[in-house]
Amino acid sequence: MNNTQREHLSSINSDYEELYGFKASSDYMESATRGLSEDVVREISKMKNEPQWMLDFRLDALATFHRMPDPQWIDASVFSSINYDNLFYYARATDKQFNDWDDVPEHIKETFDKLGVPEAEKKFLAGASAQFESEVVYHHMQEELEKQGVIFMDIDSGLQQHEELFRRYFASQVPMDDNKFAALNSAAWSGGSFIYIPPGVKVDIPLQAYFRINAESMGQFERTLIIADKGASVHYIEGCTAPVYSSDSFHTGVIELFAMEGASLRYTTIQNWSNNVLNLVTQRAVAHKDAKVEWMDGNLGARTTMKYPAVSLVGEGARGRVLSIGYANDIQRQDAGAKVIHAAPHTSSTITAKSISHNGGRSSYRGLVKVLPGASDVTSNVNCDALLLDDRSRSDTYPTIDVQENRQVNVAHEASVGKISDEALFYLMSRGIAEEEALFMIVNGFIEEFAKELPMEYAVELNRLIQLEMEGAVG
Amino acid sequence: MPLLTIRNLASTVYDAAEEQNKQILNGVDLDINPGEIHMLMGTNGSGKSTLAHALMGHPHHTVTAGTVRFQDKNLLAMKPDERARAGLYLAFQYPAAIPGLPVATFLKKATEARRNEEISVREFQRELRGLMGELEIPKSFLGRSLHDGFSGGEKKRMEVLQLNLLKPSLAILDETDSGLDIDALKLLFSNIKEKTSEGRSLLIISHYDRILDYITPDYVHIMRAGKVVRSGGVELSRFIHSEGFEAAVH
Repeated sequence: MNNTQREHLSSINSDYEELYGFKASSDYMESATRGLSEDVVREISKMKNEPQWMLDFRLDALATFHRMPDPQWIDASVFSSINYDNLFYYARATDKQFNDWDDVPEHIKETFDKLGVPEAEKKFLAGASAQFESEVVYHHMQEELEKQGVIFMDIDSGLQQHEELFRRYFASQVPMDDNKFAALNSAAWSGGSFIYIPPGVKVDIPLQAYFRINAESMGQFERTLIIADKGASVHYIEGCTAPVYSSDSFHTGVIELFAMEGASLRYTTIQNWSNNVLNLVTQRAVAHKDAKVEWMDGNLGARTTMKYPAVSLVGEGARGRVLSIGYANDIQRQDAGAKVIHAAPHTSSTITAKSISHNGGRSSYRGLVKVLPGASDVTSNVNCDALLLDDRSRSDTYPTIDVQENRQVNVAHEASVGKISDEALFYLMSRGIAEEEALFMIVNGFIEEFAKELPMEYAVELNRLIQLEMEGAVG
Repeated sequence: MPLLTIRNLASTVYDAAEEQNKQILNGVDLDINPGEIHMLMGTNGSGKSTLAHALMGHPHHTVTAGTVRFQDKNLLAMKPDERARAGLYLAFQYPAAIPGLPVATFLKKATEARRNEEISVREFQRELRGLMGELEIPKSFLGRSLHDGFSGGEKKRMEVLQLNLLKPSLAILDETDSGLDIDALKLLFSNIKEKTSEGRSLLIISHYDRILDYITPDYVHIMRAGKVVRSGGVELSRFIHSEGFEAAVH
């Protein structure tokens, strides 16, 4: 890698707009409406040709949003930058324009090359394509899925084509008044996935958001609904590790997962929004009898992230797992965590939260483990590991354990905050490995538990990305 | 020309418990020529391991006086990784564990760093398989996290395996013989001896003379209070083991 490339690579996440120049064209901007009002909500619903109940839901949510205060668990300064009246809430589909791939600067293409991003995905990321061009491959996959009765489509189509199924689950895990941003999403939602796996069907390849035909790119107000029926199993992957530029300074999603009896459902997301973005996502899952739900949550980008994936274990024998990593660099703040509600006997949960703070970055773990009365024979293990790469960075842990049952309840919480061990670094250097590379190898080892759960190509991308983030870590 | 020349080396180590720097090395003199095997003996706390760490460039050690030339270069001006790439190797008594770093990944990186070239996976596997076989290391080692949950004996094997991969011109073995059962001792030290035919010099730090069954040093040195106080041939080691350190240095 020559010096010029190195410079470009090291500036990933530092100055997207100037460097990458991915901006929507002005025509696009003007045709959308700024600010959120009843009229805008009606317009959104009308454009999408939605049934009356959905319009009513959106309007109700809008009123709820206006009524609700900002979340109180984090300092108010986080929200001070949001100007709701200046945001774009919706743009007509016909107004969509994409950058010409030929206009994408050479060095960005090189960055994608360096990350090993496939050609089609590059165009998608650069905003030059609404979807993968290699549709044929995915179309074939889609056919296979349809044969098994699997529904996998964008959420707007889900509402249009499977209204009854959609309505049964929609907003049942995340009610509109759950928090202010869930209310906002409920009023303005657009884009996301709708997935239904019929009883007993095991989908053996991970379903990825990119595979959706006619997918909207990751939306500002995405909404995803995944239902794994009895005995079904599925792994869904949202996002990607390559940097994603968004001119929207604000992203708020709602994700709802339903694992019926004996089902197995895993949701993996790695977000790497540009660092102008405030990222608030409400992720909630329910696990019925003997079902298993896993949230794999990677947070690399965004200026501030607030994400606390939750699992309600409502059936006997249900299991929940939340595994998260966060990388807070410079001005970034990763406020991540997990919530598990044990509402039935013989349930178990594991929460593993790993964070790396670097260059003044700040990470926190905010978690809740709640054991309701009657939920006997319960095990929960919480592990928080924080790694600080320098003295300017910060890590905090805010665990809450609320046990309301006294028969055979075993809740363990362990937390550690550490620096890179001098002995480990010295050991690697004594083998001829330069300091920066040695540091990276240790950090990479630290997140291995997460990386090994990813499909290979994602793990490789994650690995490279952390390396890029860490460039210049040695003074 | 000697491979390594140590003159009047003095160093301090930061003692976290007492929150102050402690003088450990107190004017060490030592010469090692290419192909020579030296054995360094001494009671606990005499400064043997400290000398090993100071030569490798441990960050907690501060050299306060003296010079060290390695291959006619100023060793003390080099970072630990530069020292390693120049051909110095330290087999650690207590190697650090690095969770999540697979042994195979680590070994390949280290080998590439030392040789200053990229090695194809296939070529590396072939070489590694041969060397692991010599030391009776099972293939399953490669997928494990480096030293994480390794037994004492497993760690020692890893240190010798790296010695064979990295082919240093001078290897310091810091109590590589301690904690090994007799079969492992025989296996490792016969192997180490065999590889000295590649022209490698050794500085063996040990408390025991049992390794003399497998390897015969050209010189034996006794350290005491941070200095080399007596040097001799292999007979000195025999004397120490029959009469004790005190008799040997008085």
